[in-house]
Amino acid sequence: MTITQQIVTIALLALGTMITRFLPFLVFSGKRPTPAYVQYLGHALPSAVFAMLVVYCMKNVSLVSGTHGVPELIATLVTVGLHLWKRQMLISIAGGTVCYMLLRHLVF
Amino acid sequence: MIKEAFKAAFPHTVPVFAGLWFLGLAYGIYMNASGFSFVYPLLMAMFIYGGSLEFVAVTMLLSSFAPAQAFLMALVIQARHLFYGLSMLDRFRGMGWKKFCLIFGMCDETFSINYSAKIPDGVDRGWFMFAVTFLNYIYWVSGAALGGILGGLVHFDTDGLSFVMTAMFIVIFMDQWMKDRKHWTALIGLVCTILCRVVFTAESFMIPSMICILLCLTFLRKPIEREGGLS
Repeated sequence: MTITQQIVTIALLALGTMITRFLPFLVFSGKRPTPAYVQYLGHALPSAVFAMLVVYCMKNVSLVSGTHGVPELIATLVTVGLHLWKRQMLISIAGGTVCYMLLRHLVF
Repeated sequence: MIKEAFKAAFPHTVPVFAGLWFLGLAYGIYMNASGFSFVYPLLMAMFIYGGSLEFVAVTMLLSSFAPAQAFLMALVIQARHLFYGLSMLDRFRGMGWKKFCLIFGMCDETFSINYSAKIPDGVDRGWFMFAVTFLNYIYWVSGAALGGILGGLVHFDTDGLSFVMTAMFIVIFMDQWMKDRKHWTALIGLVCTILCRVVFTAESFMIPSMICILLCLTFLRKPIEREGGLS
């Protein structure tokens, strides 16, 4: 690729990304009332999206090969347990992550 | 007002710093090892600002010129932002010039914090969200630039650190779960994504997952709205 082709490629990647970020706001601008269906999606999507992001983070975990997802499962349980116990975001996240790193280095 | 917002926002972004900064560093080092000057990761981090796409972009830049494919790839990989936008339509209303920055910098992590964080009384909502967006953006861009400059000079063992992002999304998911009185939408998200991951590959399951979630939410709208309990 020439420098120009590289710049065009990067610009198109940036444009594609920004379309996905700005499109909803451009389509449903404040001037017209947002359709009820879209308002419903705005309330219904977040919980589904957070679930989706958790799975997305674990997408490369294989249950049938490697460590069978055991370190991920244990670290998830530690994160969930700490959060149910203390309700302190940073403690739960740090605890789960340290647990995962220890498992990766010492056990698996 | 700005200082208070940053003070309130910073603790929420600490896990993102741990995750994004090191990931950015790794990305910069990868670009450097692939033969690119640090200007590339710096500019790509600034203008694309989307981790997974930027990693894919390295391979694209090393292949032959394929503009249409690059553009489509960007739309497909980043399509989940459409969901974030739909969820933020009301919350970004009346934010003036900040609205542009909030949308421009709305990555997975920033959206999740801005949607779910309980903003303390007396802290301006717009400035709080701006602070979260700004801090996360700086973490990623500085990490990518530094990685590109240092390149092969650094070796650190961060194996397993990436779990910090997973843990953050788990915690945010739990907080949202406890806020909702009914959990149908969370379960729809969980089941659709897991099923699609089983059926498709790790590279291709996100678009089917999003379609599946959208279909379920659309067809089950009546019962979900009748049950209520969405926060």
